[in-house]
Amino acid sequence: MKKVILVRYGEILLKGLNRPVFENKLISNIKRAIHKLGKVSIIKSQARIYIEPEEENYDFDEALSLLSKVFGIVSVSPVWKIDSSFESIKEYSLRMVKDLIKREGYKTFKVETKRGNKRFPMDSPEISRELGGHILSNVPELSVDVKKPDFILYVEVREFTYIYSEIIPAVCGMPIGSNGKSMLLLSGGIDSPVAGWMIAKRGVEIEAVHFYSYPYTSERAKEKVIELAKILASYCYKINLHIVPFTDIQLEINEKCPHEELTIIMRRVMMQIAEMIAKKTGALALVTGESVGQVASQTIESLAVTNAVVSLPVFRPLIGMDKNEVIDIARKIGTFETSILPYEDCCTVFVAKHPSTKPKLDKILLSESKLDIEELINKAVENTEVLTITKD
Amino acid sequence: MDREIYLDNSATTKPYDEVIEFVNHISSNVYGNPSSLHIKGIEAERMVKNARGIIAKSLGVSRDEIYFTSGGTEANNLAVAGYLYANPRKGKHIMTTKIEHPSVMEVFNNLSQCGYDVDFIDVDKNGVVLVDDIREKINEETALISVIYINNETGAVQPINEIAKIKNSINRDIVLHVDAVQAYGKIKIAPQKEGIDILTMSSHKIHGPKGVGALYAKRDIKLKPIIFGGGQESQLRSGTENVSGICGFGAAVDITFRSIEESAVHCENLKNMLLDMLKKEVEDAVIISPEGSSPYILNVSFPNVRAEVLLHHLETKNIFVSTGAACSSRKQVLSHVLRAMGIKPEIIEGAIRFSFSAFNTQEDIIRTVEAIKDILPKIRIKRGGRR
Repeated sequence: MKKVILVRYGEILLKGLNRPVFENKLISNIKRAIHKLGKVSIIKSQARIYIEPEEENYDFDEALSLLSKVFGIVSVSPVWKIDSSFESIKEYSLRMVKDLIKREGYKTFKVETKRGNKRFPMDSPEISRELGGHILSNVPELSVDVKKPDFILYVEVREFTYIYSEIIPAVCGMPIGSNGKSMLLLSGGIDSPVAGWMIAKRGVEIEAVHFYSYPYTSERAKEKVIELAKILASYCYKINLHIVPFTDIQLEINEKCPHEELTIIMRRVMMQIAEMIAKKTGALALVTGESVGQVASQTIESLAVTNAVVSLPVFRPLIGMDKNEVIDIARKIGTFETSILPYEDCCTVFVAKHPSTKPKLDKILLSESKLDIEELINKAVENTEVLTITKD
Repeated sequence: MDREIYLDNSATTKPYDEVIEFVNHISSNVYGNPSSLHIKGIEAERMVKNARGIIAKSLGVSRDEIYFTSGGTEANNLAVAGYLYANPRKGKHIMTTKIEHPSVMEVFNNLSQCGYDVDFIDVDKNGVVLVDDIREKINEETALISVIYINNETGAVQPINEIAKIKNSINRDIVLHVDAVQAYGKIKIAPQKEGIDILTMSSHKIHGPKGVGALYAKRDIKLKPIIFGGGQESQLRSGTENVSGICGFGAAVDITFRSIEESAVHCENLKNMLLDMLKKEVEDAVIISPEGSSPYILNVSFPNVRAEVLLHHLETKNIFVSTGAACSSRKQVLSHVLRAMGIKPEIIEGAIRFSFSAFNTQEDIIRTVEAIKDILPKIRIKRGGRR
């Protein structure tokens, strides 16, 4: 018997001729995610991936938790790999069941069998029936419940046979790196990390840009963003975080533009800078955490004006979501607690009491023409600090 | 970068070099557990005893009336909760002020949920507690009154002697606890003469190490522990003694009390200098600290400025202060102390606390005023709209 990890993947299976490309990407991401835990051999077989540790005392719990955060994986199971003979299936199933009862105090069960190996002499219902009977006669305190059992003993008969009872759901999506690269505008708030996560989930590599207005905001605001990038990196392994010094630009806007337009003009400059950095790094789209109507700068009118300044596509995965829905995801992915830390971010200092909710592009362009901003933008991009944030 | 100017001494102070050396020495040489029976334990016990003696002497009390804790917060908790646990029959009415440190205020809030009748006494516009209100509120059920000696945000000195006299004239049994974290080592305190029954002290506000505080409790005051275990500190505070921290506290007290008057004069001069310069050179500055407040604290508001923005600008010039309002993402969290004084929210938003120590110089003050004058025009909220 050998303890191994079974990895299931979903959407990749729908791919046609280029399916191996996605599978190989997933395998390399798996390797990257768990390389620290020790040597393993990874076997791809019949639309499954099996991870076999080569070392004693392998940390299965940690490996399972890391794997459940790898995009592209649907679920993982710790399984026992045994010979495909009914004798050994009986022997090890009984052992696994006894272990489980001792650990979890289960009382009812059922057996589910899948037979991939058609040369095996018994068919699936036969195996389930015979094995269930064998377990019942050896573990008298256990009974069968086919509707709502405490646990299900899964038996998969292939070249080898795999038995397990636990299926741990993972994040699904597509393997990172299978869908190009995007630039995320990452503030310290609740929304933008969720937006980044959702795009990354579709296999997109993420880089992030943050606008930093020290000394109008605190050093802690920057540390908070780094912390958020780190949480995202626990899903996508690595994030390059571009920290743009934004103070001079904000002061210039604040000085020369009508105050109800400050936010919208600031957003446009941010998009412009994000696009410049995206082009430098090979990112093909921008990602923001905007959602229709959430704040003044996120009305359709404002979004249209903001959008007009860039030519790259802008993805807004939260666009139709309510705040509560976003918070639910933020909690699930672990960014919420960090996002709500009360350090001022740059959006809150230079905000008008009554910002314009229906800006007109021509009027905004006229205001912008008073700005002497091109040089400031170039300087900000030039002085951008790039941090490579990894999960470890 | 210019030399560092540290004007946040009410938050914490830089330890004396001698204290750091002594803590180091004790950590590496006197590492025994004072409870151990062997010589290593006895050595450690002796050092703790020595420190206890230094602190007792500084208050003119005896050594067995001093208990070490993990800091001012624990000492305040132990004083208030520990006294009430030990004396459940003394009455269910307790009193404090609206300008306490959270480590007193929150204990009172908690006790009010546990069946105690709690009064938070108002302060006047100078941030001084209304003594007449205390007199009026005292009743047969009153068990304890807790008053901060010097408020940590404004420096307002509370009339402790007067409060003691009032409560003694009505009922000597009522216990007076004083949170002296900002007063100990800055003014001379004689608990017995002043009628203080329990007194809280902290090490790191007077150039000692963090993680140590002490409680004075008059000998006949019964307290119950709030932390249970091996019964250290005469059964009152279990847990292995923080030997090096306690020794560092002792050393800091020793040094501080050698020049307690000189330091006060020095800081008073710096405070007045800053006050005069700000009044003269920043027209709209609003002085929040009242006349006669602690020489160590000056609270000033700069209207139409967000204090945190000014703080970070000063930080870029290597000058460190603190604010009366913390910015959180979309709202301002305003100081409960300044609100209790009836100060308008827009003034609180611009409130900066400067707090001094013997390490500050006149040059620090000159540079700070220059820096403020340089920064203010850049960060003033204009046109009434921008915030």
